[in-house]
Amino acid sequence: MYIISERINGMFSAVKKAIAARDEATIQKIALRQIKAGARALDLNVGTATDDQIGAMVWLVESVREVTDATLCLDNPKFEVIKAGAEACGDNFIINSTTAKEADLATFLPLAAETGAKIIALTLDKNGVPNTAEGRVEIAAQIIIAAEAAGITPDRIYLDPITLPINVAQDQPKKMLETISQVKLLSDPSPRVVIGLSNLSQGTKEKSLLNSAFLAMAMGAGLDAAILDPEDKLLMDTMISGEVLLNNTIYSNDYLKAWRA
Amino acid sequence: MEEIKEKWTGAVNTVTVGATEKEGGTRKSTVTIGGETTLPFLHFEGSIPYRPALALDVLDNLPEEWPEVLKEPYRDVLDNPAQWAALCEEKYGADMICLRLKSLHPDWGDTAPERAAETVQAVLEATTIPLIIWGCDDPEKDNLALPLCAQAAAGENCLIGFATEDNYKTLAVACLADHHKIVAQSPIDINIAKQVNILISEMGYKPEDIVIDPNTGALGYGIEYTYSIMERIRLAALDGDRMMAMPIICDVGFDSWRTKEAKALKEQFPGWGDEGVRGPLWEAMTAVLLLQAGGDIVNLRHPMALEKVRKQIDALMGNGE
Repeated sequence: MYIISERINGMFSAVKKAIAARDEATIQKIALRQIKAGARALDLNVGTATDDQIGAMVWLVESVREVTDATLCLDNPKFEVIKAGAEACGDNFIINSTTAKEADLATFLPLAAETGAKIIALTLDKNGVPNTAEGRVEIAAQIIIAAEAAGITPDRIYLDPITLPINVAQDQPKKMLETISQVKLLSDPSPRVVIGLSNLSQGTKEKSLLNSAFLAMAMGAGLDAAILDPEDKLLMDTMISGEVLLNNTIYSNDYLKAWRA
Repeated sequence: MEEIKEKWTGAVNTVTVGATEKEGGTRKSTVTIGGETTLPFLHFEGSIPYRPALALDVLDNLPEEWPEVLKEPYRDVLDNPAQWAALCEEKYGADMICLRLKSLHPDWGDTAPERAAETVQAVLEATTIPLIIWGCDDPEKDNLALPLCAQAAAGENCLIGFATEDNYKTLAVACLADHHKIVAQSPIDINIAKQVNILISEMGYKPEDIVIDPNTGALGYGIEYTYSIMERIRLAALDGDRMMAMPIICDVGFDSWRTKEAKALKEQFPGWGDEGVRGPLWEAMTAVLLLQAGGDIVNLRHPMALEKVRKQIDALMGNGE
């Protein structure tokens, strides 16, 4: 499972403050902690910390790059912000994200093709998020076709079936699981599938447990990557156990320790 | 034809055994194994920087139970481990010596731990190639003797075996203290193989200094299973599993010369042919098979087997064409 850290996000108050104050040390500390806990990539999202989104994204990239070469996942809906972040990165980054809207595909896909970056694609179009698995799969297929035309192979695309909060849309997790298993069959090599996990449990009392249970189910359906908080121990223990149960890593009595060694 | 290449993210650890004078020891040569970034001998796909190493077994007590064909090459030195080891180096061209402290075992002499350390010292003095020190497989005696042997061989960067899931602490501490490499043994069980590595690493011992002994068997005795375990270990290493990234040692001589096919006399089985050729061939076939499964060191017994395996390695390590 490819773990992308969710913690460097302006939605969190400590990060928001750090971005506003250009406090590099705080950001760097979070970055290193998340990597130590198991993140292979770091999602960077400036949130609403400042109006100067471009400046903040470039600053975030530069701050994090000072302490780690880990893959950076540039998270913003605006193309200009991603482009500026990409230039600051140089290489080894993921674009997060495009949608199936024509205007998005027309800008983000060429950037991914040109830079060799991987790209996260949300299964939503101008009509929003489809309410069915079939609707999401259809959009996923459109994205893969458009990406192929732009010269991007499916294994560089991370499809995101869009996580909705359980306390708002309880019928959605099951539909997401169906989407995951179906989109894996769309092409060979398969497209990868990523989810932003925490949205699932927003506003609930049992965040860690709900996230863990769903992560295990999604892994069973074929999930490849997740944006989450690797410092959540129950969640990571679940993920590591999932890797063992799927025979992706060799079991030993101390397999949890082995994974963290 | 298009070459389909697998893209691996991991590599097998590189382990060096032996220390020259410059490195604080007295060896004239060292042996480095591991470092592979692909499956065995797939030169077109990745790097295989080191040849597998060939060790010859030396016992610290007279191996009366050995078949004549195996005793013959060592006829005059079987009661003297130091001379035996020297013969293995000088006449038979072994890369390493595997000194087996069998006499420690309560059933095979129950000799004193101090004697084992003296034998280690004598063998080191008589040879210039790297040394593997192999316990007697009685945990109690090994725990008494191996730390003394480690001390006696301090500075020589030996490979000492073996740590198991139930008995690893004493040897790990000894190897840590005197800077030796360690053999982590498991009973043809991939889960336990990983577990022993984790346990040893938790003692503060570097995983990069461990060599795995998956406890391989001989040709004809379930070697397909051994092969698949070794293959899985190697695949996990190439997939980036740090606790499975160790090079592998195979105790081939011990296993093959226990088989009826290796040691039965021609008179008993006329159709099987001369045991003088058959035994070494059985050993060589087992070794070559295990090298193809991912073995990095093989412990051998008969010089003819060593010669044949070496020729095979020459061919397998060619430029891959």
